[in-house]
Amino acid sequence: MIEGILIGLTTALTLQNILMVMVGCFFGTIIGMLPGLGPMTAIALMIPITYGFDPATGLILMAGVYYGAVFGGSTSSILLNAPGVPGTVATSFDGYPMAQQGKAGKALAIAAWSSFAGGTLSAIYLLFMAPSLSKVSLSFRSPDYFALMILGLTAIAAFSSKGQFLKAMMMVVLGLMLASVGQDSLSDITRFTFNNMNLTDGISFVLVVMATFAMSEALTIILKRNDPTSAAKQVSLTELGSIKINKEERTKMYKTIPRSSIIGFLIGVLPGAGATIASFLAYGMERNVVNDEEKEKFGKGSVNGLSAPETANNAACSGSFVPMLTLGIPGSGTTAVMLGALLGFGVQPGPRLYMTNPEIFWSIIMSMYIGMVILLILNLPLIPYIARILAVPKNYLIPLILFFSVTGIYVMSFNNFDIYLMIGIAVVATFLRLYDFPMPPLILAFVLGGLMEENLRRSLLLSNGSWEFLWDRTLTLCILLTTILIVVWHFYKSIIRK
Amino acid sequence: MNINTTKIISLLFFIFSAFYLYTAYQIQVFAFDENAPFNARTFPIYLGYAGLFFSGLKLVLPEPNTIKVDHKNLEYKKTAILIVIAIIYGATILKVGYFLTTSLFLFSSYYFLGERRWVLMFLLSFPFVAAFMYLLHGILDIYLRDPFLQSIGVMG
Repeated sequence: MIEGILIGLTTALTLQNILMVMVGCFFGTIIGMLPGLGPMTAIALMIPITYGFDPATGLILMAGVYYGAVFGGSTSSILLNAPGVPGTVATSFDGYPMAQQGKAGKALAIAAWSSFAGGTLSAIYLLFMAPSLSKVSLSFRSPDYFALMILGLTAIAAFSSKGQFLKAMMMVVLGLMLASVGQDSLSDITRFTFNNMNLTDGISFVLVVMATFAMSEALTIILKRNDPTSAAKQVSLTELGSIKINKEERTKMYKTIPRSSIIGFLIGVLPGAGATIASFLAYGMERNVVNDEEKEKFGKGSVNGLSAPETANNAACSGSFVPMLTLGIPGSGTTAVMLGALLGFGVQPGPRLYMTNPEIFWSIIMSMYIGMVILLILNLPLIPYIARILAVPKNYLIPLILFFSVTGIYVMSFNNFDIYLMIGIAVVATFLRLYDFPMPPLILAFVLGGLMEENLRRSLLLSNGSWEFLWDRTLTLCILLTTILIVVWHFYKSIIRK
Repeated sequence: MNINTTKIISLLFFIFSAFYLYTAYQIQVFAFDENAPFNARTFPIYLGYAGLFFSGLKLVLPEPNTIKVDHKNLEYKKTAILIVIAIIYGATILKVGYFLTTSLFLFSSYYFLGERRWVLMFLLSFPFVAAFMYLLHGILDIYLRDPFLQSIGVMG
């Protein structure tokens, strides 16, 4: 392994490759900040450029873009409450309220340090655990995945405030219903399209996230403009605040980062799970771990609430490289794009990759760490400039948010229908938000909907229609028992409070 | 009888779930798939029942903390105008083109939100959109359909 690390360092530390990581991080951050343009788009845009380089350099560039875009996505989540990618949705839960309290600089600094720490720790885990972790991820079967999705969706109970469990569950079901629109993945039978061709491919994730977060946020701000009780009225969006993190906040982060990086990395290793589930689970876990006083701050600008998903989503990014590099199975949509690029280079990922192409395997792992360092060096000094976006008055900011949302959809589909659909969903979401129906559970359910159906389908077909698959395997049973425990714990706490 | 809005939303969700469930049962599956343990309508049927279950519970159980929204303080008029402008923007973007419709959308939105600094309004609409278009189309090579700019020969 030492030899491999040295090979990796030699490749990653060439001037050209360091430059590639820097360019990748910089462009990734800018593209990731634009709502609607996430890491997947950023990497896809880079593929033609990477073919001009050797495979290691090309992949190093893409890895830089990946990390940059994830950080950029967090920035727009914190400043605009407009997460461009699902992995940064959880970041907005506490990052955006913190920005509204005039602590945008601090929120961005916490995000930057947490991302750095999460990425660094997971690069270390990856270094030592990649071979054995690939075996663990291979042992996951469809019933386990299905149970894991149930667990992920139940964890949203952690996101709901007091007495909102049922509202959150209704939003989960609504998210799953929206995800079921379009062609069935196996039989190609269209569902809930009402003979409208525009719905055949289903509703895009970017559309739903733009509608329920960015657009409905903009409409809510306008709607509550004269409301004296509205938080939007009370806070000054022009305040950046200090980027310094005080001792108390650092102490909180020291506790949050290790546990969130572990959960993020482990979830990232599972093929198909990725940064979204990791960040939501880390957020939910953190909320359950902290004391009651800190718990009350969740959703209102908690340091732990911001640090946990940021650490986890970056750790999951590294984790998602494990199945891609060792098994040839992408751990996320983004690594799927990278896998395509790898195949384009004529490199076949799999268990033999680090025997046949050790320089690729190890240089990616090494460049991840270098990427983290560069991202921190690049982004921390830029925070005051990045956060200037808050200085835009609402009269300008609101139309600009609407413009970015519509552009994101327009560029994707060139279709009027998608724009109308987005406006429609945004209006409904705005109304639901007025009555405290939480949107994050809807988004998580929407993202997981397709995967959940796929795994339930496989499980039921393999067990010939019997639901015994839920308790046939110890792993499935353990995950489901954890789910039941979370629900019981939630109700127990509610009763205790009363 | 005083019915709170959360209950009304739950009732609407209950009706929506019932409609979803009815539509799920109407999904046409292949004849050989009709009695399969899992087909295209299985998951939606479960979802329909789940929707009925949770919204039904919300309807029946007492509301722990009632949300009161003061409608007098809400800016319905401006919000509605903004939505209408966005719909017009969506309706014209393909036919007229990205540059003109986006610039006009931004300019009119600033105006209806109460902005009257004309120079700033102009700078943050037409030149801003032009610069953004250059970033997307010129640098990132993302295709943007614009019949208007094509007709005057600015865009190829």
